[in-house]
Amino acid sequence: MRPASQILSESFLEVRAKLLEVAATLDRIERSGSAGDALSADAEEQRAQLDTAIRILLDNGADRAERLQKLFSREYESNWRQEMDL
Amino acid sequence: MDYIDPHIHMVSRTTDDYATLARMGCVAMSEPAFWAGFDRRSVDGFRDYFHQLTEIEPNRAAQYGIQHFTWLCINAKEAENVSLSREVIAMIPEFLDCPNVLGIGEIGLNKNTRNEATVFLEHLELAIKHDQQILIHTPHLADKYQGTRMILDMLCDDSRIDPSRVLVDHVEEHTVAEVLDRGFWAGMTLYPVTKCTPDRAADMIEKFGGERLLANSAGDWGPSKPTAVPDLIFEMRRRGNDESLTRKVVYDNPIAFFSQSKNFSFKERDVK
Ligand SMILES: [Zn+2]
Repeated sequence: MRPASQILSESFLEVRAKLLEVAATLDRIERSGSAGDALSADAEEQRAQLDTAIRILLDNGADRAERLQKLFSREYESNWRQEMDL
Repeated sequence: MDYIDPHIHMVSRTTDDYATLARMGCVAMSEPAFWAGFDRRSVDGFRDYFHQLTEIEPNRAAQYGIQHFTWLCINAKEAENVSLSREVIAMIPEFLDCPNVLGIGEIGLNKNTRNEATVFLEHLELAIKHDQQILIHTPHLADKYQGTRMILDMLCDDSRIDPSRVLVDHVEEHTVAEVLDRGFWAGMTLYPVTKCTPDRAADMIEKFGGERLLANSAGDWGPSKPTAVPDLIFEMRRRGNDESLTRKVVYDNPIAFFSQSKNFSFKERDVK
């Protein structure tokens, strides 16, 4: 595997650009919201999900991608067959 | 590097794509039956489609030196129509002896409904009865985790299913470990929009080591990139990974998996 510093320096500009996209999108939502167009209940939920995702990014560990995937996933219930009567 | 795309829908691609893929090192491909972008109205619609998959596409591919294999089923989206699904499942054996048919696929779930699960289980019966390998579609986005777990439940509950003859496709970071842990083959789909990028696929290869791991483009009629596997090869090389690890994922593993099907008559390129 390549050294951590190398991975970081090689991807720095790309990650910087992606973060800017996120920041600008959130700004856009904010601008429209403060112009009087409040978020619907569904959109509020999505907005909260994005906040949780951003907090996951700030955590430690090498499983952030997996944790984001799970955050954006519907729950699995092991008794689904009984529920579906299958 | 010679490579095999184990999941690509060439009926939706142009002949120019065959030419490009050949130039990029694609020597073989497998094409699972899938949704055509509209619901077919009768079993004859599927019969024509299977004719296209077993006769027309292999010839089109052969013109570019690419060996074409296929998988037959009614996909999860159209499986919502259970009676049509049963007609299609009853008709599939007409095609199982065609020389390029590797098995039943891509079966799976889409919205994780009862009808989809019912038709999935009936496809499993078909595969078992005819000793066929299985290629599985897992749902996308929010439905993927739940749907993948449901599919694994159904597969693991049936002791007649041999996990080493089943490929579970479209795995991502939250589903890959479970698929591999339970002994199945796992396919990463490199899609530009909703699914895994070459970077993230390379991460999964580095993390899991390439055992029973495959990569595909799932190129179809939607936004997709048929040359995504060469993008992954390039990313692996850029990172300085061993060529042998990359070759294992994009070439050796598809051959090892497909070789369990009696119809896999692949001839390696003579590289003398
Ligand atoms: Zn597909």
